[in-house]
Amino acid sequence: MNIINFTPQSAFLGGIIIGLAVIIFFIGNGRLAGISGIVNDTLVSKQNRTDNFLFVIGLVLGPIFYIFLTKIDIPFLITSSLPIIISAGLLVGIGTKIGSGCTSGHGICGISRLSLRSITATIIFMITAIITVKLIG
Amino acid sequence: MISRIISLISGTIFGVGLSVSNMINPEKVLGFLDLFGQWDPSLIFVMLGAIIVSAPVFFLYRNKNKPLFADNFSISTLKSIDKNLIIGSGTFGIGWGMVGFCPGPAISSLALLNTYSVFFVLSMLGGFLLTKLLDRIIIPTQHT
Repeated sequence: MNIINFTPQSAFLGGIIIGLAVIIFFIGNGRLAGISGIVNDTLVSKQNRTDNFLFVIGLVLGPIFYIFLTKIDIPFLITSSLPIIISAGLLVGIGTKIGSGCTSGHGICGISRLSLRSITATIIFMITAIITVKLIG
Repeated sequence: MISRIISLISGTIFGVGLSVSNMINPEKVLGFLDLFGQWDPSLIFVMLGAIIVSAPVFFLYRNKNKPLFADNFSISTLKSIDKNLIIGSGTFGIGWGMVGFCPGPAISSLALLNTYSVFFVLSMLGGFLLTKLLDRIIIPTQHT
């Protein structure tokens, strides 16, 4: 194992900003910023649909604001092929729906609430993701 | 009405955080997941930053019964570590490791107008719908 491309400062700062988003959504609307749930509910649930939709719109506006304010391009690279992308998208959709959450819902909100379910979920998806990268990387 | 503004603001700030940390970039996330190769530990620091900010608030609010702009808190009360949690999370991890996209970054990356992001998000939505469809037949799921 070699450590490369490590950017602790920007990672930590970005994390703090994400944490702010989580607490604003929680204190204001009483909800957890679990993005798989919010996106899924926008699609299939009538409850809070406008709120959910606006959150999703905000997610897209975020990077635009960032680029506009900092004039810095966001490094972005996908090297996967289209069939892999489509399969991965399907697995992420199915998996987060059945497992009730993703990196934000379980990994950030759930761990912050010391939920044993979320801690377990996070350990599991980290392990299968690391194995996947090891196998196909 | 205010809850809608809160939703938009929260989503936007979340998207800024994903940009600042570069978690919007699948290559960066794959660097973290490549634990046995060229490892980039940054993602841990993102989670730490977010948890350090949000955990104290969740703790302080544990006995409050009303948020500012909604009638009540809507938070999962599920406690059991069941088959769905394990199978679902395991499946999600495989998809995450294949490309380096989880739902938040995938949605935010639509801002960068990359065709692959669009395909990923559409497939993910397809996965949600497919699960809802199957849900009625075999696997009852509960979502946070």
